[in-house]
Amino acid sequence: MDALSQIFTLSLLTQTVRISVPYALAALGATISELGGVVNIGIEGIILTGAFCSVLGNYYSGNPWVGIAAGVAGGVAVALIHAVVSIKFRANQIISGLAINILAVGATKFFLKFFFHSSSNSGRISAFSKWDIPLISKIPLFGDLLSNPLILLAIFLVAAAYVFVYKTVFGLRLRAVGENPECADTLGINVFLTRYAAVLISGALAALGGVWLAYDQHQFTDGMSGGRGYIALTAMIFGKWNPLLAALAALFFGFAEAAQIQLQTMGLDIPVQFIQMIPYLLTIIVLAGTFSKAASPSADGVPYEKE
Amino acid sequence: MNIPFKSAALAVLLCLPAACSPGKEEDVSKPAVGLVFDVGGRGDKSFNDSAYAGIERAQKDLAVQVDYIEPGEGADKESALRQLASGRHGLVFGTGFLFTDDINTVAADFPDKKFACIDYALDPSKKIPDNVLAIKFREEEGSFLVGAIAALTTKTDVIGFVGGMDIPLIHKFEAGYRAGAQHINPKCRVLIGYAGVTGEAFKNPAKGKELALSQAGKGADVIFHASGSTGLGVFEAARDKKIYAIGVDSDQYFEAPGRILTSMIKKVDISVYKIIEDFLEGKFQGGLKEFGLADDGVGYVYDDHNKDIISPQTIKKVEELKKLIIAGKIKVPNK
Repeated sequence: MDALSQIFTLSLLTQTVRISVPYALAALGATISELGGVVNIGIEGIILTGAFCSVLGNYYSGNPWVGIAAGVAGGVAVALIHAVVSIKFRANQIISGLAINILAVGATKFFLKFFFHSSSNSGRISAFSKWDIPLISKIPLFGDLLSNPLILLAIFLVAAAYVFVYKTVFGLRLRAVGENPECADTLGINVFLTRYAAVLISGALAALGGVWLAYDQHQFTDGMSGGRGYIALTAMIFGKWNPLLAALAALFFGFAEAAQIQLQTMGLDIPVQFIQMIPYLLTIIVLAGTFSKAASPSADGVPYEKE
Repeated sequence: MNIPFKSAALAVLLCLPAACSPGKEEDVSKPAVGLVFDVGGRGDKSFNDSAYAGIERAQKDLAVQVDYIEPGEGADKESALRQLASGRHGLVFGTGFLFTDDINTVAADFPDKKFACIDYALDPSKKIPDNVLAIKFREEEGSFLVGAIAALTTKTDVIGFVGGMDIPLIHKFEAGYRAGAQHINPKCRVLIGYAGVTGEAFKNPAKGKELALSQAGKGADVIFHASGSTGLGVFEAARDKKIYAIGVDSDQYFEAPGRILTSMIKKVDISVYKIIEDFLEGKFQGGLKEFGLADDGVGYVYDDHNKDIISPQTIKKVEELKKLIIAGKIKVPNK
């Protein structure tokens, strides 16, 4: 079919990767937090905060690496709020996450007006110059994409998260704390410390998703996270709380969105509403699917109280 | 645990500080007019700023005091309108189509006050209340002209359009743009993309960029957007691919200097000023008021910034089309 060959162009693949990066990074973050037993729906707000802080850091220093550090610091700071509220004060984690999302929308807008005198967008920031890595940048198709340091970082983090969760002592402790905190505690694992670490790592990862969004646009725009945090949470569930599978799920959602963009551009006579539905339809199917029910960590979302 | 209730309460609490009170001291010697901004408020470099320019000018040139409210994210537009209407403000503006229902409700409660709603969403089954002025812009007319500019500028005979939310208001831009382009060159292909079906679609620059990149990949070398800050992503794509973009609502040249071919502007400031003037002279009348090319309510940008990238012949042709539209010789479709 001619239409099919038109959809599956090479640009579709690179587009899929670009769209998936923030999903994947945020999904990694969500996964690590939940493996440790803390539900973090605040990643939507953390993405937004990360985007804003990275722009602020980059804008005033002129250095993209400083921007990344600032973005991550911002994300970790917001995650710390969530950690304190849900681990120390044992509050409902959904409500804390929701509050963070609302707070992030208001706070970024406030500081956007404060620093850039606009309720719409920030000033323009510098971007990374391309990394011309021998061989890699010669790969056809993806060479351009792979000379972007953020993409390389994202790929590295996906692999690192997998190794971290399944091949390190800390990963084992993390999962123990998420499955059975009482048991982990009696074995001498510091449940609170482990959970704090998990939530802060999730903040750093989700914030990087925001950094990607901001750097791709060379600016911050109000509300630019646009619900990506929720898609990332779905990717986490779809990936059965496995970092690698969650990243693959993120790639799948990115693919659905890219395909939808290509279909629209081709002017096919399919109602736009229908095309736009595809990712959400997938989300619902995934959420309703029974196959992922058993996969969530047993103590996910349950505050731990020391006896 | 009742999560929906608690979270709703939390949401209300967090939003409260954002809804600020009217900005100025009372000066009872002058008649007063009120205005409620859309979400985004001042500083959006677009719609709201344009409305603000209108009230600023009115305050300077006319003997009138103007107060405004910037409701925060998710804050109650209706109560902001109510607050102004219950004061001494004789005329209250709502900025944006989202105000339509709220204005209808509040206008019924304050029959002796006047209301004006910019981009009022007409409902054929409902009459516009007598004390409400529904302000509409003929965006299709301005879009027709920038469509013609696009068709006269493209080297590939392929141009693009990126819309924000898929709604009739944005379809007007699309329809006018397409008609204008095809009036110049019936063979010109117009690629269409919408960012979404919710309000978020006006705030998704990443999506805007991807839509524009994929249109550019299919050969489009001029892309018009009507998509709020989603369009900033379209400008990014234009920078990346060295193609032209066309701005919307206000002159967006400075968002991507050199890559903005022109902008389809909607002169909200002029409409706000005119209506305040009418109100002060006692000529305010409810009903529908449309601002088109004829009354300078919409237009395109041609100034020092873009005179080098638009040829004089193009402008000559576009000015001819403008006259024909004003004279009613060309009927511009709006859907």
